[in-house]
Amino acid sequence: MTETLRLALVLAAKDLRVERRSRTALVSAVVFAALVLVIFNFARDPATVTAKMLAPSVLWVTFTFASMLTFNRAFALEKENAAIDGLLLSPMPRGALFLGKYLANLAFVATVQAVTLPLFVLFFNVGLGQALGGLLLTIVLATIGFVAIGTVFSAMVVRTRFADLMLPMLLLPFLVPPVMGAVAVTTRLLSERPLSEQVAWLRFLGVYDVVFLTICAMVFPAIFDE
Amino acid sequence: MIPTLDDAHATIRRGLLITALALAGVATVIIMALWLTPTEVRQGLAQKIFYLHAPSAWAGLLAFSLTGITGGLYLWLRDPRLDLFSEASAEVGLVFGVIVLTTGPIWGKPIWGTWWTWDARLTLTLFLFFLFVGYMALRNALSDPAERARFSAVVGILGLLLVPFVHLSVYMFRTLHPQPVLLKPSAPSMDPRMLRTLLTSVGVFTLLYLGFVTARYGLSLRREARGVADGD
Repeated sequence: MTETLRLALVLAAKDLRVERRSRTALVSAVVFAALVLVIFNFARDPATVTAKMLAPSVLWVTFTFASMLTFNRAFALEKENAAIDGLLLSPMPRGALFLGKYLANLAFVATVQAVTLPLFVLFFNVGLGQALGGLLLTIVLATIGFVAIGTVFSAMVVRTRFADLMLPMLLLPFLVPPVMGAVAVTTRLLSERPLSEQVAWLRFLGVYDVVFLTICAMVFPAIFDE
Repeated sequence: MIPTLDDAHATIRRGLLITALALAGVATVIIMALWLTPTEVRQGLAQKIFYLHAPSAWAGLLAFSLTGITGGLYLWLRDPRLDLFSEASAEVGLVFGVIVLTTGPIWGKPIWGTWWTWDARLTLTLFLFFLFVGYMALRNALSDPAERARFSAVVGILGLLLVPFVHLSVYMFRTLHPQPVLLKPSAPSMDPRMLRTLLTSVGVFTLLYLGFVTARYGLSLRREARGVADGD
């Protein structure tokens, strides 16, 4: 188990190092997120819809769409020069491969979220104040599960010709339950209601994470099982 | 095991026979629904569509569940026939999904006053439909049969697991809002004659699913058999 974790960390570190040197995926995802925030701000009638009303939905649509952009990177990277064959031939267990790619994806999504959140506060004039702790918890809970699904799907769609179109089509239905929960909690947190009222949704997000993280780790080896 | 062309043709014929029986059943259900079943007091004739709508939803759900289950079995047993069945079931499920999603709004407009509402069951049906479409799209985008079988099995299993979450989230989402009075679906206790028609229809649609899926499965077998005969 510790060996799996070690190998996973090695793989994740490799992915992050590649990204640190090229900075393509992360920069585009962050710029995309900022642009979505700006567009949303203008895609409303300020006289009837206040920025505050729209804020939680905007935050989550931006988070999920920007995250989705980073997923295809994980395996598209390995497709070049057939690097994936090297990975598969190495004595690394498939579990470690999943975990490594998952952790790298999680790091990417977390970075995108870390940049988007302050921009969101700035553009939408939201006072986080007391809500920050609860919001961070919601973000963590709503992200863990769908990144696992994104990791599995991106490993598959990279073998198709239309990977960039295929991924959202497969992934978006899976995003709806966590986004629904996250938006519900965020809306209430931003209107200064206590987190303790949202236990039902938080528990829902937690169960979603556990179920899909487990099942994704279980089915992932089947993808490369030749 | 490599299917022979004769096996495939026998399966197709069996499927067509079951389909023919089921279609006769559909005609019977229509006759039963229109003449042998009382008209609902509040909804009038619009309610008749229910005898096609609800059983289609049942058949679609059955198709989807079997797609996921046979996908899971494929990953375990690696029998290509399981994958061919998954494919057949998904395609047939898509057809039933379209029937549900068209008959639903036709009924909804006069009765609820709206074509669409984000009620738990409607949302769930729409999701199943999207998942089926994604599943088929992924299948079409892959050319290696073994790869296609594994990948679509993964999507099938994850999709099946998603269903309870969608249902629960939509339910939780709705309970946080006041239920619109106009759009509230009534749950009338059913007249025994209505129940009889409904149950007949559920049986008929199950048979229809079986017929479609057998014929479609036979077509896949034929494709496999021809592929072998052509030497590729």
